[in-house]
Amino acid sequence: MYVATKGGEAAIENSHALIAEERRGDPAVPELEAAQIREQLGGAVDRVMTEGSLYDPDLAALAIKQAQGDLVEAIFLLRAFRTTLPRFGASAPIDTGAMTIRRRISAAFKDLPGGQVLGPTYDYTHRLLDFTLAARGETPPVAPEEDATDAAMPRVADILGHEGLIEPETPPPGPEQPYDLTREPMQFPAGRDQRLQNLFRGDEGFLLALGYSTQRGYGRNHPFAGEIRMGTVQVEFTPEELGFPIALGEIEVTECQMVNQFKGAKGIAPQFTRGYGLAFGQAERKTMGMALVDRALRADELAEDRLHPPQDEEFVLSHSDNVEASGFVSHLKLPHYVDFQSELVMLRGMRASAEAMQKEAAE
Amino acid sequence: MSTLQPAGSGAQFHSIDGVYNFAYLDEQTKRMIRRALLKAVAIPGYQVPFGGREMPVAYGWGTGGMQVTASILGVDDVLKVIDQGADDTTNAVSIRRFFNRTAGVPVTEATTEATVIQTRHRIPEKTLREDQVIVYQVPMPEPLRKLEPRETETRKMHAFAEYGLMQVKLYEDISRHGEITTTYDYPVEVNARYMMAPSPIPKFDNPKMHAMPALQLFGAGREKRIYAIPPYTKVRSLDFNDYPFEPQQFEDPCALCDAKGVFLDEVILDDKGDHMFVCSDSDHCRDRRAEGHMGPRAREAAEKGYGADE
Amino acid sequence: MSDAPLLEAEGVSHTYAGGQVGCADVGFTLYPGEVLGIVGESGSGKSTLLSCLSGALPPSRGRVRFAVRGQGMQDVFKLSEPERRLLMRTDWGIVHQNPRDGLRMSVSAGGNVGERLMAVGARHYGDIRSEALDWLGRVEIDAERVDHLPRTFSGGMQQRTQIARILVSQPRLVFMDEPTGGLDVSVQARLLDLLRGLVRDLGVAAVVVTHDLAVVRLLSDRLMVMRQGRVVESGLTDQVLDDPQHPYSQLLVSSVLQA
Repeated sequence: MYVATKGGEAAIENSHALIAEERRGDPAVPELEAAQIREQLGGAVDRVMTEGSLYDPDLAALAIKQAQGDLVEAIFLLRAFRTTLPRFGASAPIDTGAMTIRRRISAAFKDLPGGQVLGPTYDYTHRLLDFTLAARGETPPVAPEEDATDAAMPRVADILGHEGLIEPETPPPGPEQPYDLTREPMQFPAGRDQRLQNLFRGDEGFLLALGYSTQRGYGRNHPFAGEIRMGTVQVEFTPEELGFPIALGEIEVTECQMVNQFKGAKGIAPQFTRGYGLAFGQAERKTMGMALVDRALRADELAEDRLHPPQDEEFVLSHSDNVEASGFVSHLKLPHYVDFQSELVMLRGMRASAEAMQKEAAE
Repeated sequence: MSTLQPAGSGAQFHSIDGVYNFAYLDEQTKRMIRRALLKAVAIPGYQVPFGGREMPVAYGWGTGGMQVTASILGVDDVLKVIDQGADDTTNAVSIRRFFNRTAGVPVTEATTEATVIQTRHRIPEKTLREDQVIVYQVPMPEPLRKLEPRETETRKMHAFAEYGLMQVKLYEDISRHGEITTTYDYPVEVNARYMMAPSPIPKFDNPKMHAMPALQLFGAGREKRIYAIPPYTKVRSLDFNDYPFEPQQFEDPCALCDAKGVFLDEVILDDKGDHMFVCSDSDHCRDRRAEGHMGPRAREAAEKGYGADE
Repeated sequence: MSDAPLLEAEGVSHTYAGGQVGCADVGFTLYPGEVLGIVGESGSGKSTLLSCLSGALPPSRGRVRFAVRGQGMQDVFKLSEPERRLLMRTDWGIVHQNPRDGLRMSVSAGGNVGERLMAVGARHYGDIRSEALDWLGRVEIDAERVDHLPRTFSGGMQQRTQIARILVSQPRLVFMDEPTGGLDVSVQARLLDLLRGLVRDLGVAAVVVTHDLAVVRLLSDRLMVMRQGRVVESGLTDQVLDDPQHPYSQLLVSSVLQA
């Protein structure tokens, strides 16, 4: 006998209890603390802060713990929290030229003012599993004192700019207040502020793949990693009541300036063009992918043929957000049986009339 | 089913968990959404872009409908949430719990008792009244999107009322299959001007949209669009003069309540192909059975001496 | 031919961003039912000119005016966007060199031809379909192919479907960009015959851009010869082709004869 599916409420509660149990895992193993995640899983924390668009390592660590390390889920948690926060206003633009540098490299110049600073990087590690990490209580070798980087570290793009070799980076004409992706719907064509905010929050894997495809010829733009710099910068804000900027604190960011093929025309001196990437924390892969895609999306502006997905603004910006993407893909799990029933009715009707026609033809 | 009492005390309710505002969204956001709603009502069928917020449920799971509901909900409202016509599907339960918890408003399963009905994929069978508002969850608000992927182009097509392309799609259906084969999310023309996606309701429900006494609001969270049909507005399902629009028809009545002319779900009973059709609108079905109506399966069960649905 | 002009170009010039001259100082008047041929080698500016004339590319200088129904001569680039888009699907038509640019490849031939009717409000399936069948017949496409997709058609058939798709709205002006380019010689001849018949029967005016003198000899009443963005000679087609005055026209005509 037919029993209608009921008890959605109880099922949901049971499901929540089950994930809580799963998350904890074997109780014999010590519970992971959010502080451990914050200190020891920095790569995950940085990604969740960037794509969750909230600079808060503690909350990001909590989200990672709550999501059992599922970073897209953790990003979603952080975003859903962020959206409830009041908005005070826009900070002054951060000055990455004044960054306290921990790492700074340029692939374009052998040496440059301030020098190359390798800093912490996996680039030259051999990717061999380190079994000493599996043993408990391992203490790392003492890292050499990092040089106090008092040396002036002008940005490579600024150095090129003095000679006029690279296009100037000037704020676009228009209102001083930048577009705010978290408050306004996307609009096309998008301004560069909208585009960069979207890419900043965009899925690292998506941007990496698109950036990679530009290198393989789908919107090629001949990039050089002009400069990648990582370190801390000050965030300043001017409260209306005060009328002068005050420092709110420091954040760690990674910035990538791609220097791309030059552009010129008869009578106009050729110049290198730029692609820009920025992310919270240490996130070189993300910023490089972002910079490649940013440059590819300038195809129209630079009068290049727009032939490939990375050059297509509506395609890239509409699909970069992993909270939106995973939501819409996963909604296929919701019941669709009304729509499916409608299709069944139609299909049965069409099959019946096709069979009738075949029968008629046979007679 | 009777009205459930609120979790908080309705009139004094201000926040839940000491953190969130009434109905979750802050008042500034609600005002922004209400402005978009007013614009949507003023231009029936026009998709108003709005600064949609992240909600604590996934995009595609009703965030647009929830933002609209949160913005119009007051302490005196009674909320009903359905998915696929039923109040007891998991997502409907989940959204109802959300508002019961964050707004403390009473919730109900009875269509007649509700002042706000949030729905996914159905319109209730009972005719809605002037004092009710129905809020649709919309996954893809742009009816032209399947034909034209570019937002910049579809916005122009709406602005200039260039809707020939949709007619071409219907033409292709007829030339290939002898009839229009769209069965849900069947495009409509609102107030003789804007082409609109009715959300993935079955085309069976399309006629209910026409001249409905209740206000109809549509929220698409991921796509950040709001649109509306004011009460008693003309809504026409697209068709050809010689191939008029036809809603689905079911041959059999509901197996449990004997209702005819309602939308039915097919329920598979065994792996031998035995199946029955029952009301998709669970509230409507329950009311009819309470009134003593009995469908073939229910009668069969009664004769054998056990209940049909428990 | 009536006395009132249909299309007027005055001093139409276009210079690209890099300083390269597309076309310079082109002027002419086209009357209803008249066919104007524009010939020149590639790079002569004839395609740039066609873009300016058909509203796709605003000229840097000069103006293009069209006799909009009920409004008299109007500057094409001063029309509002919806007005220009309306023109594009009613009174104007563009025959693209590559039929893929002018057809919806995933829509049946009948749907392609019927689109313009539906775009201006036709809502009777039977009427739309019989009109589509009639126009497919006029361009010599078998009625059995009405529900087939253009991608299953030969190049010549695609080109003819594209022409039917435009003519169904009974436009007053058709722009053709190398209409026979990319087709076999025998197919070209058949298409030209068909085009000539249709243009004459319908009294539609046309601007035909081509490098192929055979096309203009057959189709056009008047001819303009372009070189380096400028018109070097213009006149009646037979006159220009049989007795070219400008050295470049002479070269063009003689090289075709020798080839």
